[in-house]
Amino acid sequence: MLTTYLFFFFAILAIAAALAMVFNKHTVNSALFLVLNLLSLAGIYLLMEAQFLAVIQVLVYAGAIMVLFLFVIMLLNLDNEAKLFNSVAMKEIVVVLLSAAVLAQLMYSIRGWFGMVDSNPIALGELGTVEAVGDVLYTTYLLPFEVTAILLTAAVVGALVIAQRKIHLEK
Amino acid sequence: MISAEWYLALSAILFTIGVLGVLTRKNAIVMFMCIEMMLNAVNLSLVTFSGWHNDINGLILVFFSLCVAAAEAVIGLAIIIAIFRNNLTVDLSRINLLRW
Repeated sequence: MLTTYLFFFFAILAIAAALAMVFNKHTVNSALFLVLNLLSLAGIYLLMEAQFLAVIQVLVYAGAIMVLFLFVIMLLNLDNEAKLFNSVAMKEIVVVLLSAAVLAQLMYSIRGWFGMVDSNPIALGELGTVEAVGDVLYTTYLLPFEVTAILLTAAVVGALVIAQRKIHLEK
Repeated sequence: MISAEWYLALSAILFTIGVLGVLTRKNAIVMFMCIEMMLNAVNLSLVTFSGWHNDINGLILVFFSLCVAAAEAVIGLAIIIAIFRNNLTVDLSRINLLRW
């Protein structure tokens, strides 16, 4: 029973934070709401007993990536958007309709699963621990894991090259 | 107790909010954060399916997608900095060099 309450608490928190992120005028506030969203998702991972992913979510996403975002926001010293939405009402309507279509499509495909699930609570149990994930990661998926290191190195070098180069474009 | 559909529905809602953000906002950084949130929603559904099938491979896939998301964030923010240096704005409606 407690997990049900906790799930709805975290889910409503995540959705509210996501909406607040999208509809906030200030970029810094948006970033902080995204941190809240990521933290509540980490709580939902904990409810599913995926401890490893919950810790990684907090460390990498809410920690590293969001700090990077905040650094860039501070670096660029952004002024607030003059208009949050396009003044063209037509475009807003199209956007809302498109989003509603995406949501309806996803919900329809999820509804198709309803008969197939015997409403067991989702719990990873032993699978979500660091031991289980590390065991598979360093045996079966050793090569992709090493390739990830190359990917991250390439990303760092590429970011340095892109951010340092001065291109003089005439406006 | 909470079954799989609720997690999938939460994932779908978060993904849709991300789509809404990408389509409405003009600030490049906020759009980028919305993309990160969409990636997160997909990660949630991957974990859900992993727990449903009692299969650990979904968790491994989430780990790799997290690594790719980190790399993507680094590169994307570097591109945003480069764009800001050249145009002094991150308003994507004013960056229309390649627009037809």
